[in-house]
Amino acid sequence: MPVAAGAEPVEDGERRRTVRDSLGVGVAVGVYGVAFGAASVAAGFTPAQTSVSSLLTFTGGSQFAIAGVVAGGGSALAALGSGYLLGARNTLYGLRLAAVLPTRGWRRWLAALLTIDESTAMALSQRRPALARVAFWWTGSCIYLLWNLSTLLGAVGASALGDPKRFGLDAAIPAAFLALLIPQIKVRRAEQFSESKKLPISDIRRSWLQLSAAIPIALLAAVVALVLIPLTPPGVPVLAAGSALVLLAFGPAPT
Amino acid sequence: MTGWTVVLASGAGCYALKLAGYALPQRLLARPGLRRVIGLLPVALLSALIVVQSVADGSRYDINLPRLAGLAVAGLALWRRAPFLVVVVSAAATAALLRAG
Repeated sequence: MPVAAGAEPVEDGERRRTVRDSLGVGVAVGVYGVAFGAASVAAGFTPAQTSVSSLLTFTGGSQFAIAGVVAGGGSALAALGSGYLLGARNTLYGLRLAAVLPTRGWRRWLAALLTIDESTAMALSQRRPALARVAFWWTGSCIYLLWNLSTLLGAVGASALGDPKRFGLDAAIPAAFLALLIPQIKVRRAEQFSESKKLPISDIRRSWLQLSAAIPIALLAAVVALVLIPLTPPGVPVLAAGSALVLLAFGPAPT
Repeated sequence: MTGWTVVLASGAGCYALKLAGYALPQRLLARPGLRRVIGLLPVALLSALIVVQSVADGSRYDINLPRLAGLAVAGLALWRRAPFLVVVVSAAATAALLRAG
C-alpha cells in the first residue's frame, strides 16, 4: 500500500532495515577494538589504561595514533597532538549532526561521545531525519559496546602473549593505519565528487583538481615524515605532516 | 607524563572536540577552507603514521624486512577488499612467520 508523500511517521519495515544495517556496521567495526587493545599494550599501556582510553576517547584513529607515537618513542605531548589533530574531524561531524539530532541535555552529551566516522556516515546516508536518528543511535551504541569489550579482550590477550614483536605486532600497527587511510581517501573523493555534481560545468574541472587532492596530500605527508625521522624527536614527523597540510590548505585555493 | 595522564588527557580532549561540533555555530560549515583542512587532516596524519611506524625506530631509520613484508601483505589484502581484521592479522602473521623461519 502506497504511503502518502511526506508522511512523518517512519514505517516499521524501514525502521527495521535501518536498525539491521546499523547493527551490521556496528559489529563489523566494533571488533577492531581487539587490534587497538593489542597495539596499546604493545606500546606500554596497561590493560586498565587501554580500556579507559576506549571508554573515554572512543575514536579509533586517535587511539591508534597515540599508541603508535608512544610505541615509537615519541613524547606524551607529540602523541596527544597527533591524537587531537586526528580527532578534529569529529568536530566537523558534530556540526553536521547537530542539524539532524536536535538533542539537548544528557542526550547531547551522549551523542557527542558516540560521534565517530561510522555513526556519522550511517546517519548522514539516511534520506529522512527520523531514520538518521535511528541509524546514529543504533550504530553508535553498538560500536561503543563492542569496541570496549574487544579492546579489553585484545589488551588482556596481548599482555598474556608476551613479546609483541614475536607475534608481528610491529607490522600490524602500520597495517592498521593503512586500513584506516584507504577509506579516508575514498570518502574524500566521493564527497568532493557529489559536491562537484551540483556545480556548473566550468566549475567541475576546478573541483576535480581539488578532488584528487587526497592522494598528493598522502604522498606529501609521507615524504615530510620520512625526511624528518632522523632530524626531529620521535612523534614530531607526524605532527609536522599535519601542520604542513594546515598551512597548505589555508593558503590560496587552486584555481 | 605517566600513562594515566596521557589516557585521561586524550579522553578529555577528544571528547571536547566532539562536543564542540554540537556547540559551535552552524555557519562554520559554510567555510570551504575549514572543511577542506579538517577533511584532509586524517589523510595526512595516517599517511605520516604509516611511514613512521614502518621505517623508524625512535629518531633513526630501521629497515626491518619481516615488518615491511607484513605491510606489503596488508596492502594486498586491502586491494582484495579484505575486512580490517583480516588485513591487520595477515600483516602480523606474515612478520611473525618470517621471523620464526
